[in-house]
Amino acid sequence: MNFDDTPQEAEFRATARAWIDANAPKQYEEELRKSSLGRTVLKNANILEVAKAWQKKKADAGWACLHWPKEYGGRGASPIERVIWQQEEGPFGQLSRMFIIGHGMCGPTVMAFAREEHKRTYLPPLASGEKVWCQLFSEPAGGSDVAGLRTRAEKDGDDWVINGQKIWTSGAHYSDYGILLTRTDPTVPKHKGLTMFFLDMKSPGVEVRPIKQASGASDFNEVYFTNVRIPDHQRLGEVGDGWNVSLTTLMNERSAIGAAVSTGFPELFEYCSSLMLDDSLAIEDRAVRSKLANWAVKASGLKYTSMRAISALSRGERPGPENSIGKLVAGSMIQDVATYALELQGAEGVVSGPEDAELAGRFQAMLLRAPGTRLEGGTDEIMRNIIAERVLGLPGDIRVDKDVPFNKIPTKGR
Amino acid sequence: MNFDFSDDQKQLRDQARKFLAEKCSPKAVRVVLDGKAPYDKELWKGLAEMGFLGVAIPEEFGGAGAGHLELCVIAEEMGRANAPVPFSSTVYLAAEALLIAGSDAQKKKWLPAIASGEAIGTLALFEGKGNPSPKNVKLTAANGALNGVKKPVADGAIADFAVVAARTGSSGRDSDISLFLVDLKAAGTEVKSLTNLDPTRGQAEITFKDCKAEPLGGAGEGWSILTEVLDRAAVLCAFEQVGGADRALEMGRDYALDRIAFGRQIGSFQAIKHMLADMYVSATLARSNSYYGAWALSTNAAELPEAAAAARISATQAFQHCAKNNIQVHGGMGFTWEFDCHMYYRRANAMALGLGSLTYWEDQLIDRMRKKNAA
Repeated sequence: MNFDDTPQEAEFRATARAWIDANAPKQYEEELRKSSLGRTVLKNANILEVAKAWQKKKADAGWACLHWPKEYGGRGASPIERVIWQQEEGPFGQLSRMFIIGHGMCGPTVMAFAREEHKRTYLPPLASGEKVWCQLFSEPAGGSDVAGLRTRAEKDGDDWVINGQKIWTSGAHYSDYGILLTRTDPTVPKHKGLTMFFLDMKSPGVEVRPIKQASGASDFNEVYFTNVRIPDHQRLGEVGDGWNVSLTTLMNERSAIGAAVSTGFPELFEYCSSLMLDDSLAIEDRAVRSKLANWAVKASGLKYTSMRAISALSRGERPGPENSIGKLVAGSMIQDVATYALELQGAEGVVSGPEDAELAGRFQAMLLRAPGTRLEGGTDEIMRNIIAERVLGLPGDIRVDKDVPFNKIPTKGR
Repeated sequence: MNFDFSDDQKQLRDQARKFLAEKCSPKAVRVVLDGKAPYDKELWKGLAEMGFLGVAIPEEFGGAGAGHLELCVIAEEMGRANAPVPFSSTVYLAAEALLIAGSDAQKKKWLPAIASGEAIGTLALFEGKGNPSPKNVKLTAANGALNGVKKPVADGAIADFAVVAARTGSSGRDSDISLFLVDLKAAGTEVKSLTNLDPTRGQAEITFKDCKAEPLGGAGEGWSILTEVLDRAAVLCAFEQVGGADRALEMGRDYALDRIAFGRQIGSFQAIKHMLADMYVSATLARSNSYYGAWALSTNAAELPEAAAAARISATQAFQHCAKNNIQVHGGMGFTWEFDCHMYYRRANAMALGLGSLTYWEDQLIDRMRKKNAA
């Protein structure tokens, strides 16, 4: 049991560190280090531009999408090298956020299902951040039940004609391309009538409308499709096989391994170490200490669970299912942590917003962003189902719509 | 990086699991639970023969000379099997105290006897209510004789010797406390068995009356030695708790798959699935924290105090959570004496108190984190 790199890993780490040290946009380091959930902003720069510039610089030097093959813009690195890179990139990794969906989900799907010429055309600019991709799966009628989606694709000559609406599309407003899951046959059971495509987001008939979230920010969009034409050669996988294609997309969400999840704990510990309650420091209060200790062991538990997964990668194994707990634990924890930090401030917690003093002001943004964390990328309830079914081997939910043609499934509760 | 046990250690785990499945069935545990024996003597002998009792004791003192990672592996299996033997008191507390502070003669006398299963040892620290603290130690030591009462003492009624915390000063500082080694078969002690939450591991009250004792470690060093002993034991107990939590989770999962209600497996109801998923989450967090504790223990790292407290809290919570909800998944049958669920429930809640309660360890963790941040 040790935390040491192998000689090859140590060499890779040293190379990565030296390159980052010489090339990273250091002027933003402090701001990025201090950013926490719900608050990644740069005061004097457009974060999208800074992120794109950093990504391009990495790509030119062979440090983008490390685990992708070289011909598609990657480095052909091993999974453990990718983790080491993430560790070394540290706060600058915050700048990769806008590329996570493209690199983690769209890219691998295109790689698995697109024609060779498309892969060579579209993947390198995706890797370098010159083109940003989004993922168009969720719909008003298909959230956790994504296979319940209704956006239609109908064949017309060599094209498909798309009509419908997507929702919760992260980054659609700055995306150049998207992967799109559609219904091509509503007369068969829901999982069987789906087909996947990729499309140019500038295609005529695509309309992107930002959603104003409960937090007031707008990270997500609604995307409307009105007679949008997609050529058949942009189909990913067979007609009717879209569900299986989408499972490939979702299984590629392995990017989470090695990336630190936000729990809010370091911020709270730091805050309690300097906050005065009546005549003494918050951290000297018995009730505060008990709360802190309980969150501390969750945060460290997640950290070392991730280390165990990285160890499996280092041995060349596929990590076990342990890592699936990260989002489930961190999501509700950050919500509880933020609530408690405001609770400690008493009435003033209501008014200590982001413009307030550095420490106290962090928690309102966290509080308002946290509900989304518990919903996006699989709700807490879906995550529990996944753990129960895939890890513990419990039976799947009974699906009353399993064998029913999609157009016969009821659409209203009452 | 390999933040995991080695292949050899995993093989040792398989060997221990197989041995305990054979020699420590729930039926065997029930012999002690039902009060028909104070502990499982046959199992104790078997553990000695397998080399498990002395796995972390150096060869020169009759042990296997393996190490603490190997001991963590065995501890997890002991917890899984709910073994009714004085393993934690003898191996984690008494043996570790001797390893840390014993003179060569003391080690030579007791460590080989522990490894061979001939001697059972324990730590006599508590004196009634309260958590580990120098001010709670009232038993006095003067001119090599102890006077006072220790309660509860784990496995005190079957122990051959005890490491005893005694007051040797009254300055109000940690240095008021010194440790002593007492042969419990000699004169000067009176031992009374106590009824307790987990009858598969005994508890006793020991009265010391002008009891002859030899110092263990230097005068006034008792509290610092004890702190280290408790940290080490916290990691080792955490592995027992992780083993128990995993077993309780497994029992719940298996029952949810077997039991039919409303025409379906109860494990197909989300209320049950989500309860089991949450148990898995606790058990996984506890395992990962305990691995970090194992690393710190085995490398004698400066991080041990913090790692031990985190492992202790996380594993205590996980075992309590899993044992409690295992009963809930079982429904009414889980509340019967006949089903094994309550044995894990009892063990989980007794272990939660044995080295001091959660409140104590939460306090320790925060103190230690602050110290680290300040440094």
